[in-house]
Amino acid sequence: MKRSIAFLVLLLAVAIPLSLLTGRVWLDPWTTPNAAVILGELRLPRALLAVTVGGGLGAAGAAMQGYLRNPLADPGLFGVAPGAALGAVVSLLFGYAASAWLLPLFALAGAAGAMLLLALIAGRAGGISLFTLAGMMIASLAGALTSLAISLAPNAFATDQIVVWLMGALTDRTWADVALAAPLTLAGVAVLRLAGRDLDALTLGEAVARSLGVSLGRLQVLLVAGIGLTVGSGVAVAGVIGFVGLMVPHLVRPLTDGRPSSLIVPSALAGALLVLVADCVCRVLPLVTELRLGIALSLIGAPFFLHLLLKMRREAA
Amino acid sequence: MLEARKLTLRGRLSGVSTSLRSDEITAICGPNGAGKSSLLQCLAGLLAPESGSVLLDGAPLATRHARERAVAIGYLPQHGEIAWDMSVRNLAALGRLPHGGGEAPVEKALTSLDLQAFSTRPVNTLSGGEKARVLLARVLAGEPRWVLADEPLAALDLAHQLALLAHLRRAAQGGAGVVLVLHDLALAMNHADRVLVLENGALAADGAPATALGTDLIERVWGVPVRWLGEPSARALVAGVTPPAPPARLRPAADRYKRR
Repeated sequence: MKRSIAFLVLLLAVAIPLSLLTGRVWLDPWTTPNAAVILGELRLPRALLAVTVGGGLGAAGAAMQGYLRNPLADPGLFGVAPGAALGAVVSLLFGYAASAWLLPLFALAGAAGAMLLLALIAGRAGGISLFTLAGMMIASLAGALTSLAISLAPNAFATDQIVVWLMGALTDRTWADVALAAPLTLAGVAVLRLAGRDLDALTLGEAVARSLGVSLGRLQVLLVAGIGLTVGSGVAVAGVIGFVGLMVPHLVRPLTDGRPSSLIVPSALAGALLVLVADCVCRVLPLVTELRLGIALSLIGAPFFLHLLLKMRREAA
Repeated sequence: MLEARKLTLRGRLSGVSTSLRSDEITAICGPNGAGKSSLLQCLAGLLAPESGSVLLDGAPLATRHARERAVAIGYLPQHGEIAWDMSVRNLAALGRLPHGGGEAPVEKALTSLDLQAFSTRPVNTLSGGEKARVLLARVLAGEPRWVLADEPLAALDLAHQLALLAHLRRAAQGGAGVVLVLHDLALAMNHADRVLVLENGALAADGAPATALGTDLIERVWGVPVRWLGEPSARALVAGVTPPAPPARLRPAADRYKRR
């Protein structure tokens, strides 16, 4: 596990400086005019934000798969991401997004609302299937309300703004976004790490986990808080970015010893790497407008998901 | 001492009282739906009875801290689920979670179950019998004072059944209380020190195997005529025996030749 963490940190240490030079305009720090401004004000915050968002999504995915004991689980199942998206869309709808801080704050409020609702419905009993179904219900409710908000948009411009925002991207982000998302994501990953021991016990099923002294109620609180913080802050600054939480734990699992607790930090690092590289690819692709990051990751993620399904079908046969 | 006092759970248990000794193997037997697993889960503190209580060393189990309970009681469920592939050693080490770690008991459990040789192998590459041993090693690694196992022998062949029972016997000799839900009455008869028979959620018998598993009681509770064969401690159960049909030559001659 230590070796995989060191390997991923090394890859990130190479990828971050490279990403700073990558873009529609390849940057040479010594000859490009205004290189310092481009690096300091545009590319560096963007790279750090990619690392933050990807790290949060990766860690959330690892924890989620451990919790549901299902390699196809995704943090989106809990309804936190759709809740955050709804918050952001509401702020766009009412024009609050004009202020840089308001859209992320609305998104965080949406994520918090989804978390609270989830905790209220699931109650203290801690049953995993009830919890998942409650999360799916919240996700579908938030999705419906988001669609409603789009249909209520006062003009085509607002609709366009909402739809484009929902696609997820890291274009034109600032240090303010980094300052908002990075501490929350770090706190979220720390909370998810606290849940690691309980997730390990859950490997042997709910009854055994309880017999090993795990409180399923406490575990749910840790997961709701951890996933709320990581995914909520990610959506707040970058919009909806899917599939990272699904793909990354899969790619990383063979590098670990198989325990869910040893998957969380490597998944955070690999998630950071994946989003960083995907964002660089989006910038470099010679398209008329820049490919949205959310779309790019979904384009990679859907075939990956299909590959997993086919693999599982083969194994079941 | 693990005591059940008037455990009642609607539709599953009605007023079950018993007190179990450590250093013994106790078997819980009964037909399907008699409440065996529910009783075991109540004893393990995983299922809260509607009324009645479980006492561990005289104190109610329900008031104990979850970790304290986990240290005292190891529980092995009927279907050993393993969600993620990991090494044999890592899986057995999960039994140390309530203690917060400790390698020596894990090694000891692996050694006692002859698993040292493949402690680094992924559990998904093991056979059913080996997996069952690893799951038991997980319980023993926690060094619990009570081992509660639900049908631990169901998926095992004869040799592995006997091997696992030998391990459980060793645990009992080491001072642990072993409580097993068993379907196979012959295994209960030959290997348990004490047998509880459940019928519709109530205790129908509680005592030494030879008395608790008498043929009359089995016929009444399971509704099947049975006979015990063999020596004490090596008994075999013959079930569904009906009185032998009269020999053919006693039948009337006309009947014998009719079909030709």
